[in-house]
Amino acid sequence: MTATLSRSAESADGADLLAIVDRVVAQAQPGEQIEAFVSRGGDTEVRVYEGEVEHFVSAQSEGIGVRVIVDGRTGFAYAGTLEPAAIAEVLAEARDNVQFGTIDEWAALADPDGVAQTDQVLWNDELAEYATERKIELAKQLERLTLDTDSRVRVDDSNYADAFGEAAVATTTGIRQWGRENGCYVSVSTLADDGDETQTGFGFSVGRSPEAFDLAKAAREAADRATRLLGAVKPASKRTTVVLDPFVTAQFLSIIASTLNGEAVVKGRSLFKERLGDAVAPAWVSLVDDPTNPLAYTATDVDGEGLAARRNSLIEGGVLKQFVHNSYSARRAATVSTGNAVRGGFAGTPGVGALALHLVPGTRSQDELIAGIDEGLLVQSVQGIHSGVNTISGDFSTGAAGLMIRNGAVAEPVREFTIASTLQRMLLDIVEVGGDVDWLPMRAAGVSLVVTDVTMSGA
Amino acid sequence: VIDTDVIERTLEVALQTGAEFAEVYAEDKRNTSVALDDGRIEQVTSGRDRGAGIRVIKGDTTGFAHTSDLSEAGLASAARAAAEAASRGGGGSRTVALTAASERQVNTVGQRPEAVAKTSKVELLNRIDAAARAAGSEIVQVSAGYADSRKRVLVANSDGLLAGDDITRVMTRISVVATGDTGMQTGYQSMGHTVGWELFDPASDLYVDVEQLARDAARQALVKLKARPAPSGAMPVVIRNGTGGVLFHEACGHGLEADHIQKGASVYAGKVGELVASPLVTLVDDGTLAGEWGTLAIDDEGHATQRNVLIENGVLTDYMWDYLRARKDGRAPSGNGRRQSYMHLPMVRMTNTFVLDGDDDPDDIVAATEHGVYIAELGGGSVNTASGDFVFGMREAYLIENGRITEPLREGNLIGNGPQVLRDIDMLANDFAMGSPGTCGKDGQGVPVGDGQPTLRVKSLTIGGTAA
Repeated sequence: MTATLSRSAESADGADLLAIVDRVVAQAQPGEQIEAFVSRGGDTEVRVYEGEVEHFVSAQSEGIGVRVIVDGRTGFAYAGTLEPAAIAEVLAEARDNVQFGTIDEWAALADPDGVAQTDQVLWNDELAEYATERKIELAKQLERLTLDTDSRVRVDDSNYADAFGEAAVATTTGIRQWGRENGCYVSVSTLADDGDETQTGFGFSVGRSPEAFDLAKAAREAADRATRLLGAVKPASKRTTVVLDPFVTAQFLSIIASTLNGEAVVKGRSLFKERLGDAVAPAWVSLVDDPTNPLAYTATDVDGEGLAARRNSLIEGGVLKQFVHNSYSARRAATVSTGNAVRGGFAGTPGVGALALHLVPGTRSQDELIAGIDEGLLVQSVQGIHSGVNTISGDFSTGAAGLMIRNGAVAEPVREFTIASTLQRMLLDIVEVGGDVDWLPMRAAGVSLVVTDVTMSGA
Repeated sequence: VIDTDVIERTLEVALQTGAEFAEVYAEDKRNTSVALDDGRIEQVTSGRDRGAGIRVIKGDTTGFAHTSDLSEAGLASAARAAAEAASRGGGGSRTVALTAASERQVNTVGQRPEAVAKTSKVELLNRIDAAARAAGSEIVQVSAGYADSRKRVLVANSDGLLAGDDITRVMTRISVVATGDTGMQTGYQSMGHTVGWELFDPASDLYVDVEQLARDAARQALVKLKARPAPSGAMPVVIRNGTGGVLFHEACGHGLEADHIQKGASVYAGKVGELVASPLVTLVDDGTLAGEWGTLAIDDEGHATQRNVLIENGVLTDYMWDYLRARKDGRAPSGNGRRQSYMHLPMVRMTNTFVLDGDDDPDDIVAATEHGVYIAELGGGSVNTASGDFVFGMREAYLIENGRITEPLREGNLIGNGPQVLRDIDMLANDFAMGSPGTCGKDGQGVPVGDGQPTLRVKSLTIGGTAA
């Protein structure tokens, strides 16, 4: 196998990967359920610093994971190679591991459910054939553009990255899928100096092809994020209304999603576990998970178990309508899979998760939202969202930086403070959803969001 | 893993475009893990990862490629890709002769985990589950995990270095959910060491009673059922020994990594020789502590790990260095070049980072605090090295009122500015302890790290709660 980014390892129909999973599944004994998942992919990463290439990484990887279920007991094994001897060893290890599992009456592989796939264009030939020199040039160009925006700005690193991958999954229950996709992004990290003080920012642009990049916007945002925090002070503590920047809202939605996770629900770990049908947010809030939307960066045609990805409305008009499920959590909850099995790669079994969340947008721009606020805070970034948020108790507390809002306009920059509430309260306290949807390279789309009654802790 | 002459020829291929430096890093890792949740052993997993990463440096450019094919042809192909990535032209040839470094052992393994029956590992988790559930009827859910791994590593480079390591790790973790009138609360404990299965033998030095660990996790969840919202605002904070190493990891550890320093992206750049912390503080990063989570015989560039004093009595003495940054600065690396796996480029990383003992009695520190917060267990954290602002979570905390620990508090983040917080450490006890195993994330790579500290007080930190 070569380690360069070539398409020699890439097939347009997945015949070789499907042949591997078919061979594994064909070895099933009576009473044995087998799932084989194989993936192969590669990526390129170019980092530029002061006009020179700092590093250039070109890498490929491949591997297989095999899950075996016998009489409600599950065993699993994986290997980071597709050598035939290793594949045989993986199957043998997975079978050996079965005996140690506890019988679980709901344990089973997904059955095909007849839901039609929404065709997606996830592969771009233009990107697959994009010349290395042009990738390097994009990273250099982004660095130059960023430096040109403001004399106070330095660039920590400017990057181009792309990735391609294909995967196949087959089961004894009749699932058989292959797919491939590729994508790319550029990003830049900035430092802005004023005397002894340094603030940081970042900007990025993503696409299925480099032609979709907006380098000027990435450069401007990276510079603005850093420079507008210069001179920031630690604010006084108080309760206030916050406007979450789209990038912050996307992180907030990812946290909300983990409370709507069917596995957390059936295992008693969701704070919304007995709340289906309840109003959990104001009537103007609707939350949708829609991986069939081609605008979503994480759009996909199938989920991690090989079922069709689909549009699921989770909160509709403020009412909790549905949780997301894979086939296991659905069976336990006496419902059907919502096509939300997520897989981190060949080294793990499928979990449950939202695939492409978005809030149904309102109509106003961020400036218009701010114009309606007498006193508040625009949250530009949050820090430590994983250490200060507990999705089981609902406690929400995170470090933040941003700009105060006074009389309908942004005022002085602030930093070194936290914002806190609870997840339950924050949903109920949503005042307005902006109209500025931003399809970020995350499992949730960004949009400006106004939330009231949040505690700001500072000096 | 690979013959020495094959590695020499691979390095020669990597140098063919005229690069100054080439390196082969190969690893062969096997792991076993067991997951218990909801009263069931959900799954036993066996994993195998094997491959090599090849790094080539020419001028200021690093080229990197990796492969899971360890045949000579596979290695040569990756070497050519890395060489091409580092260079757009030029040429040359060099021969490489490797000299094996003598194997150094910092960790010892009594009983190889891979030789222990999987039923024993299953049994361990069942004991954890039972102990946690026995702690109270409010305990409604328990999940626990066990994992062991053995990673054999070989590093060789065009300077003639040839070194290896064989690293065994064992860890367990437990998460508990308790339910009461105030909703659900959680408790968490984990422990891990670079030792073998003897970790669970009461006769061993690092012995851990997993049932006690489970009871601790359960107690934490039960205590928080009675917790009140955490306060909001700045106040004195006392942090219990062996739980607050993450404070230093974030407040200054990352900021002392030479990659941030060289790019002027750290508040500690240009400060060697200056007083950057309270004179009470002596901070050490030590990769040689036997059995600790961040301990290695060699770093992932083949250099022996060492004990590095970073801050001595408040004065900044040195940064942490990997090969690339040390080369740029014309000095020796400090054994801090680490990577997540053969698929990743090495960079400057911490190993075990800790603050040495002070003189105070831990009880006196609480007694001397009129009003504040006592943190019995910290969660994770993160830092912006350029501004110095950092956060960390409190997993178990209490109010201090009139010099006594009183009410439990709900969870939240704390925020501070690194250089300011280091200066604000005004009391340091004599009860040093290492903390639980950590995974440090940087630039998308996670590596195991350890931390430790005695009980200490920070004069003022901002607590991110909701109460007035």
